[in-house]
Amino acid sequence: MFEWAAIAIILAMFLSLYRGIYGPTIYDRVLAVNVIGTKTVVLLALIGYIYERPHFMDTALVYALINFLATIAILKYKETGGLD
Amino acid sequence: MDIRTAIAGVLVFSGCFLIIVAAIGLVRFPDFYSRIHPSGKCDTLGQGLVFLGLMVYEGFTMVSMKMLLIIIFIFIANPTATYALAKAAHVAGLKHWSKGDQK
Repeated sequence: MFEWAAIAIILAMFLSLYRGIYGPTIYDRVLAVNVIGTKTVVLLALIGYIYERPHFMDTALVYALINFLATIAILKYKETGGLD
Repeated sequence: MDIRTAIAGVLVFSGCFLIIVAAIGLVRFPDFYSRIHPSGKCDTLGQGLVFLGLMVYEGFTMVSMKMLLIIIFIFIANPTATYALAKAAHVAGLKHWSKGDQK
């Protein structure tokens, strides 16, 4: 059951990657990166259950934090031209 | 198959359905401001449902408490990130799409 869920999420990641490659503005690309990051958190949790090692959840928790920080940092850099 | 596995399967697959709907919306919608909409709503609820299904499958352990922490964090962080994206695009002067325009 978790294998099919992981396959569905990988399919959705490829669909989002289309917007990341062909997005007309930089904001579309940042949005695609954010969406792919959220899907990666779900995929890490599912992979932990597929290989019967649920301690992958620590990695998923840290990845959720990094994903949010990356989006905010890119937007601040674009808006003000620096990270001070 | 016991009842707990069945409930977990239903929750996980409805979450996967919402995540695929979010990806299709990200590809199909005409401009940036409407593309924020599937990312902010469907993606947040989709990951919430998948993690809820995994919590039901796992039971009450330390790992399921970590999953609850991930759900709470993403429910706060993901709408905040999309709001910041919309504000940054609006400040930079990105034009919105209106009905007669080309995609």
